[in-house]
Amino acid sequence: MTDTRVIEARFRCGFGTFQLDVDLELPGTGVTALFGHSGCGKTTLLRCIAGLQPAEGTLRVSGDTWQDGSRNLPVHRRPLAYVFQETSLFPHLTVRRNLLYGFRRIPDSRRHVTFEQAVDWLGLGHLLDRMPQRLSGGERQRVAIARALLTSPDLLLMDEPLSALDARSKREIMPYLETLRDSLAIPILYVSHSTSEVARLADHIVMMDNGRVIADGPLQETLARTDQPFGLEKDAGVIMEAVVGERDPQWHLCRADFDGGHLWLRDDDGLTAGQRIRLQVLARDISLALGEHTEQSIQNLVPATIDEIASDLSPGTSMVRLVAGATPFLARLTSRSVHALSLQPGQRVWMQIKSVAIVD
Amino acid sequence: MGPEWQAVWLTLKLAGITTVLLLIIGTPLAWWLARSQHWSRQPVSALIALPLVLPPTVLGFYLLILMGPDGLVGQLTEQLGIGLLPFTFEGLVIASILYSLPFTVQPLQNSFATIDQRLLEVAATLRASPRDRFFTVVLPLARPGFLSAAVLTFAHTVGEFGVVLMIGGNIPGETKVLSVAIYDHVEALDYGSAHWLAAGMLAFSFVVLLTLYSLNGRLQSGVVK
Repeated sequence: MTDTRVIEARFRCGFGTFQLDVDLELPGTGVTALFGHSGCGKTTLLRCIAGLQPAEGTLRVSGDTWQDGSRNLPVHRRPLAYVFQETSLFPHLTVRRNLLYGFRRIPDSRRHVTFEQAVDWLGLGHLLDRMPQRLSGGERQRVAIARALLTSPDLLLMDEPLSALDARSKREIMPYLETLRDSLAIPILYVSHSTSEVARLADHIVMMDNGRVIADGPLQETLARTDQPFGLEKDAGVIMEAVVGERDPQWHLCRADFDGGHLWLRDDDGLTAGQRIRLQVLARDISLALGEHTEQSIQNLVPATIDEIASDLSPGTSMVRLVAGATPFLARLTSRSVHALSLQPGQRVWMQIKSVAIVD
Repeated sequence: MGPEWQAVWLTLKLAGITTVLLLIIGTPLAWWLARSQHWSRQPVSALIALPLVLPPTVLGFYLLILMGPDGLVGQLTEQLGIGLLPFTFEGLVIASILYSLPFTVQPLQNSFATIDQRLLEVAATLRASPRDRFFTVVLPLARPGFLSAAVLTFAHTVGEFGVVLMIGGNIPGETKVLSVAIYDHVEALDYGSAHWLAAGMLAFSFVVLLTLYSLNGRLQSGVVK
């Protein structure tokens, strides 16, 4: 990766009482999640990047200046693609002509994604001659994603592409998004307020509140911070990469190895030994013990070292950051337990992990 | 060509020219009215709607004065060597444009306003320039609006009487349109000829409106093929 492969975004704009003021440097590859409550400015930031929202600022993508003091490319000259939250297909065009709308407007030499590829990636072959009104919500969003990709963009912007869909359509689209993340060489900015989407898709996270960036960095590191910035400690948890090790058919369990230990998970037929998976462990599902009490029902006991203790985030609650090998964990405890066990940074403890979710 | 057919032909020519010119003038105007947040939007809307409430004779009267030898427009046209516009076909076209303006602008404005702004943003992110967006997104989606505007403008111009009488007078082959011809026949107590033309107008208007309604119905369901 050369240092031109970054996105530099500095924007200031305001309307009413809302002020957006950000200064970011984002990685030029992978999925960056813009995360925060509704009204925090994450969609506004995305619209500023697309040029849909006029704002003062600077925007450089992989070395090309899209906007600065003297230059401001209009939306249709920015080599980006945008997937909107709600259905945005042209109602007067068939699926095929919707897909070709952007494709026909870029020069031949810039077409890195072929029509067949996009149709194939998003499974649209049987829908090409339908009108958008005859598609399900999930199908429409798949068409919108394929249409965006067919402009072979340098940057893909996605504004909560799943939020208008029901749970079934969400499950239907998620694998397609994962395929894109793994097969596209372009950066994706993904706006979301859903922890599970972020956990599954993102490599990098930008947390926003009230028009400002309050934290940003690699997903794993940023989620393991004890100063969870906006009262999210209830849902706080870490994401880690693991590899499926041994499978135990007798007890329907399988072992996931991570840098610093292993965890037993309920076996899933879809898993194969050696497969890379992403796990989420919520802070509220970890309790701490000073010794290894093996006679208890919890399967996962992992030794770890206390790294940091943040007490009283909300009254009576403390967040403890631990490290097992190179993997950080967060445990949410009552402040009384922290006191009773006299927990201190540097101390060796056992984490009792009640539940682990495979997010990917 | 008999005098009756001359009046019919003149009426259709006037309505046709007015419709074409009004669609050209009315489209950007309606687009601006549908999209702009500017303070002058309301006064401009009210001005355009004036012919709906004013007696046509009022409009005709002011146009007569404005385009006459002492009026601003009249002095201008004389200096340009065009001569005076009242009692000419060109004068009628100008009067018809003002008189039928709301019938073009309002249906267009309504159909522009119902187009989801989001679709234009999508088209922009798909590399379509503003002009391209207008022709590939706005025009097709506003088709029912354009059809209504064209038909209503045409039919309304065909039916105009007061304005014509004020500034056009009654010159056969130049300004004597159908409605004036009917009035003439009635004045002359020639009810037979008046009937012939009036019944023709009635049938024509009915057919026009029927076509409009059934086409609009088909266009709207056509989108949901």
